Amino acid sequence: MNITCVCGMGIGTSMLLKMNVEQAASSLGLDAEVSTADIGTAKGAAQSADLIITSAELAEELTGLSTPIAVVHNFTDVSEIEAALKEKTQ
Amino acid sequence: MNALVAVLDFISQEILNVPAYLIGIVAAVGLIALRKSAGQVIGGGLKAAMGYLILGAGATVVTASLAPFGDLIFRVTGAHGVVPTNEVITAQAASEYGTTSAYLIVLSFLIMLLLARFTPLKYVFLTGHHMVFMATLLAVVLSVGFGPGHSALVVAVGSVLMGIIMVVMPAFAQPYMNRVTGDDKLAVGHFNTVGYVLAGALGSAVGKRSRSTEDMKFPQGLRFLRDSMVSTTLLMLVLYLVFAVWGMIAVPKEELMGVFEGAQTSDTYGSYIMAAFAQALQFGIGVSIILYGVRIILGELVPAFQGIANRVVPGAKPALDIPIVFPFGPNASLIGFIASFVGGLAALALIAVWFGPAWGMALILPGMVPHFFDGGGAGVFGNATGGRRGAILGGFVNGMLITFLPAALLTVMGSLGLANSTFGDADFGWFGSIVGLLSRLGAAGGSLTALGFGAILFAAAWWYQVRLVNNGWLPASERAALQEANKAAATAS
Repeated sequence: MNITCVCGMGIGTSMLLKMNVEQAASSLGLDAEVSTADIGTAKGAAQSADLIITSAELAEELTGLSTPIAVVHNFTDVSEIEAALKEKTQ
Repeated sequence: MNALVAVLDFISQEILNVPAYLIGIVAAVGLIALRKSAGQVIGGGLKAAMGYLILGAGATVVTASLAPFGDLIFRVTGAHGVVPTNEVITAQAASEYGTTSAYLIVLSFLIMLLLARFTPLKYVFLTGHHMVFMATLLAVVLSVGFGPGHSALVVAVGSVLMGIIMVVMPAFAQPYMNRVTGDDKLAVGHFNTVGYVLAGALGSAVGKRSRSTEDMKFPQGLRFLRDSMVSTTLLMLVLYLVFAVWGMIAVPKEELMGVFEGAQTSDTYGSYIMAAFAQALQFGIGVSIILYGVRIILGELVPAFQGIANRVVPGAKPALDIPIVFPFGPNASLIGFIASFVGGLAALALIAVWFGPAWGMALILPGMVPHFFDGGGAGVFGNATGGRRGAILGGFVNGMLITFLPAALLTVMGSLGLANSTFGDADFGWFGSIVGLLSRLGAAGGSLTALGFGAILFAAAWWYQVRLVNNGWLPASERAALQEANKAAATAS
C-alpha cells in the first residue's frame, strides 16, 4: 500500500515519521511504500495514496479527502504508529 | 601510468567535483550500508543526484525574482535588502561551494557519531536540511576567510566544527526541552537553539505566575499560514508591492520603469505593478521547486544516516527538527510566530533608521519560513517556562535575534554577502559570524583559532551536560511547583 506522511514543510518531521512508519509497517508485515509531502501538496499527493498519516492539527486542514487519515500524536513512538496502522488497515 | 593519472583526474574533476553526483554516490553508499536491494540503491542514488539538480533549477527562478526586488529596494531606500531563506542561499551557493559542503556533510556526520559514542554528549543530529545548510555556511565562510586554494583545509576544519556544533547545541537546549516534553527522551536538533534557550530563560525570568497559552482559545482563521507555500508567497507579495508603491512615490518614473526589464509589457504604472506581482509569485514558485529538490535528497540521505547512527551509537538521543515540539503547545507556536514576526519588524525599523545609516547594515526583511519555525519553537519553549508572557517575550526576542544575526553574518560571506538572501536561523548567524571572523586570520591562524573556539564550546557543553543535564536540572521549577499546587487546590475544591 502507498502511505503518505504529511508535515508543514515536508522535509523534517514527515521524514522522521516516514522512517518510523516504515519500521512499524515491517514489524506488522505490511508491504508499504512510504512517501512524504508538505501540507501544501498533500491534497494532490493523497490522490495516489492509500493512507495519510499526520498530526492532529494538520489533519484538520485535510478534511474532505476520500483517502483515510491516521492521526499520530507522538511521531517518534513506533508503537503508537503501529496501532494506528493496524486500525486503518483492517 | 599516464592512463591511471587520466582516470583519477577524470574521477576527481568530472565526478567527485560535481556536487550532484557526489550526493548521489553518498546516498547510494548509505543505502548499500543499509543492505537495500540493487534497484533501491540505483534509484535512490539517481534521485538524490536529480534532487540536487532540481535545487539548482529552483535557485535560478528565485534569483531571477530577487534581483529586481533588491534593485527596487536599493533605488527606494539606498540600502541593500535581504530576505533570509536558508533554502535559497544554499541553492545560490551550490555551484561554487556545493562540492566542499557535500564532503563536509559526510565527514562531520562521522565526527558527530564519534563524539556521541565516546563523550557524554550523546546526541545524534538528524535534521538533514539543517546539516546541509550548516555545511554550506561553513564552506562559504571558511573558504572566504582562508582565501583560494585551501579546500582540503576547509573540509577538515569545517567538519570538526560542524561535528561539535551538532552535539553541543542539543545539549544546551536539553533542560528546556525536558521541560517542554515532560520527559527526557527527545532532543532538539535545529540551528536556532540560541533562540529557544533564550526564550526558555526569559520565560523562567518573567512568567512565574503567567498562565499557559494552551488554556486560551485561538482564532482558527490563521491556520492557513501553516502552509509555507501560501505564507511565503503572500508575504513576498506584500513586501514586493509595498516597495513597488513606495518606488512610485519616491523614484522618478523613467528610472523606475527599468527595474522589471523584460517582465513589463509597457511603460505604464499598471504594467509595472503587475510585473512586481508576477515576480512575487515567481519567488514562491522558486522556493517550492527548491523545497521539492531538498525533499528528494533528504528522502534518500536521512534514512541512510539514521540507519548508520542506530548501529554505531545505540541509545543516543535523536536531535530532531523543531516542529516536533509544536504539538506540546499548538497555541504557543502560533503566538511565538506572530511575536517573532513583530520582533523582526521592530528590528528592521531599528536597522532602517539607526544601524543601517550608521554602519551600512543590510535591511533584513522578515523571512516567513524562519519566523514560522524559529518563532514557533521559541513560543513553545517560552510557554513551557513562563506561560503566555514567556511565549510572547521569547518569540519577540527571537524575532530580533534572527534579524540582527543574519545582518552580522552577511559581513563574513564574501561575494555572497551581496546576494539578496542569507541564512535565517540564529545559530547560523552567531556561529557563522564568529567562525568567519576567526578564519580571516588566514589559513594557519584561522584554522587554529576556529578549532580553539570549537574546543571551548565543546568543553562548555561537556560541563553543562555532566553538571546540569545528567543531574536532572530543570528550569522554572518554581513555576511548575506553583502550577502543581493550583491543580491540587482546584481538584480539592
